[in-house]
Amino acid sequence: MTSVPLTAWILLSLALVAIGIAGVLTRRNLLIALMSLEILLNGVNLAFLSFARFHGDTTAHAAVLVVMAVAAAEVAVGLALGIAIFRHAGSLDLDRANRMKG
Amino acid sequence: MDPMDPNLARSLSTLLAVVVAAPLLGAAINGLLPRLLSRRASAVVGVGAAVVSFGAALWALLIWFPIRASLPGQAFSATYFSWITAGSLSVDFALWLDPLSALMLMVVTGIGSLIHLYSVGYMHDDPSFARFFSHLNLFLFSMLLLVLGRSLLIVFVGWEGVGLCSYLLIGFWYSDAEKALAGQKAFVVNRIGDFGFLVAMFLLIFLMNGSLDIPGLHALAEGAASPLKTQAGLTTLITLLLFLGVTGKSAQIPLYIWLPDAMAGPTPVSALIHAATMVTAGVYLIARLNFLFALAPVTMAVVATVGGLTALFAASIGLVQNDIKKVLAYSTVSQLGYMVLGVGVGAFGAGVFHLMTHAFFKACLFLGAGSVIHALHGEQDIRRMGGLARKMPVTHWTFLLATLAIAGVPGLSGFFSKDEILFEALTMRHASGAIPPWMNVLWFGLGISAALMTAFYMFRLYFLTFRGECRDPHAHPHESPWTMALPLVVLAAGSVAAGYLGLPVEHGNFLKGFLGPVFEGGEASFEGHGSHALEFGLMGVSTLVALAGIALAAWWYVGRGREMPARLAAAAPTLHRTLLGKWYVDEAYDLLVVRPLRALSGWAFRLLDAWVVDRGLVHGPARLVVLVGRGLRRVHTGDVQAYLAVLALGVAVLTFVLW
Repeated sequence: MTSVPLTAWILLSLALVAIGIAGVLTRRNLLIALMSLEILLNGVNLAFLSFARFHGDTTAHAAVLVVMAVAAAEVAVGLALGIAIFRHAGSLDLDRANRMKG
Repeated sequence: MDPMDPNLARSLSTLLAVVVAAPLLGAAINGLLPRLLSRRASAVVGVGAAVVSFGAALWALLIWFPIRASLPGQAFSATYFSWITAGSLSVDFALWLDPLSALMLMVVTGIGSLIHLYSVGYMHDDPSFARFFSHLNLFLFSMLLLVLGRSLLIVFVGWEGVGLCSYLLIGFWYSDAEKALAGQKAFVVNRIGDFGFLVAMFLLIFLMNGSLDIPGLHALAEGAASPLKTQAGLTTLITLLLFLGVTGKSAQIPLYIWLPDAMAGPTPVSALIHAATMVTAGVYLIARLNFLFALAPVTMAVVATVGGLTALFAASIGLVQNDIKKVLAYSTVSQLGYMVLGVGVGAFGAGVFHLMTHAFFKACLFLGAGSVIHALHGEQDIRRMGGLARKMPVTHWTFLLATLAIAGVPGLSGFFSKDEILFEALTMRHASGAIPPWMNVLWFGLGISAALMTAFYMFRLYFLTFRGECRDPHAHPHESPWTMALPLVVLAAGSVAAGYLGLPVEHGNFLKGFLGPVFEGGEASFEGHGSHALEFGLMGVSTLVALAGIALAAWWYVGRGREMPARLAAAAPTLHRTLLGKWYVDEAYDLLVVRPLRALSGWAFRLLDAWVVDRGLVHGPARLVVLVGRGLRRVHTGDVQAYLAVLALGVAVLTFVLW
């Protein structure tokens, strides 16, 4: 493991973040969008942990734990919202959930 | 300051505080808890507050009187707290007791208490009994501040307070639109005068480096290089502005028009506020600031001329009025004219003397008129009265005594005070020589003509009301209850006796000596040129004038000449109509002032209020916000992914830029 250079980890983390953003922005289904969000967050976590490992500093672990807790909460809220939207509109299509416009 | 016994000083300050606080407390109790109190309790609180105030005043006077000579300017001052301190301006809440305020204090609380007592009987059946006493007490409080205030600002607070109470009490029966409007008229007309008072105070603040203390002002006026002496124009301006305030409050030309209308209020109010006390506030102000007015001979000439003209003018209207209270109202305006004439010629003592005697006889006349109105169940037209002398003996005799006093019959109070004013109008000269002597003759002429008219119209009123046969067959008059009769008797006694305080004797009279220290400053600018022989000669003349007026009234209204008034009216119809129409002054004001102002405010409303304020300043910003929002709402598509895309783009741009 240690033979893998930091750059590789960061590139992987960037790739995860990019996949996540692309998923959130382009997918029409709420569930897929939520899953993409999880990928995004985990990409960020990976970046944190890689730097922590290479610098021998554990402060970032705290940030990672917070991000995980927030992600869990976000999933709970997001799924609840999904149920509410489905009951209301009969689908989980994000394009149709645009009633809150000015 | 003075070597006064601290115990005496403490009890005097306490007593003065009680004098002022008792009516305020009474007003608060009756005003805030009207439903908790029975009628009897309201009456006890209302009258009690006035009587306590009178008692405390009397007590304070008894302490002050023997030691007054040891006090600076014979004035005892009590400072209670520092009221206003702002920059260089500082005003203490201070009251003082000097000869002038002591005299006013006795008149206000003494006559005030009697009228409170009278009101218990007069307002007996009124549903707003407690409110009446609350306002009456509040008036007494304000009047006492006015009289006792040591700073012009406190005097002004009282001045405004009595104006407010006057408004409240004129419009006491506010459900009658005419009465409510009369109250409004009094208030608005007085505002014009108050404006003058205010501007004068501002000018004085600058001259006095932020103080409005009356003794301080006196010291400033006495100083050799005083700005009040070096800048004569400024002094004239200040005193003229103050005099504008006086014409409002003391009902002089040109602002007298509110007083006759003020008779819409309950009769005790007319007696207390619009005859005995409040309307004399203007005379009090000039007397109080005599040292200031005396420095401005032009103002003094204006004051005296306005006073004399008012005396004559109002008396001429009084000749033909048929409403018992209107006759008395014009008579009050006329008598106030006398007082103003008195203080205007430099006879401050005589003016205040007439103020005091007038307070007695005019309060008595108004209360007598109230008694008559009460007995006739609201009838005020003297053409439908008559023959009341037998039915109402107490009212009749007291009314007759007061009428004799106001007509100037020798031996009664009005004679002495009126005569002193007439004598000094003819003989006082301003030391600067700025006032030509022919003006003295003019003033005397105005005064003596008004005296003739006064004797005539007062006896016309008396004969038509009390003598002859009753001209209303349905009337069943009855004598009033003791609460109303007692004040009448006391006031009638005062109308007779008050004059002897100012009995002209060899070395000036008692009242003059008593008030002397207050008027030293002002009277120094005047020289009397009369002799005792002249004074007694003039007494003879004015006695003849009074008797002539009375005789004429008797001949025309109860004697053989009963068809004379009608014949005269037919012979000079225009004059008669003009007098009946009160010289059409109200109509002239309506045309020249009220209508243009209404038009102006209508225009201001349509242009400034409707367009600039409403459409511009109020609706304008609201419309702007709506327009901006309408534009920006297009960004709000409701599509969360679009927002996120913009966010991501923003982050990308920022990253790129910051890198």
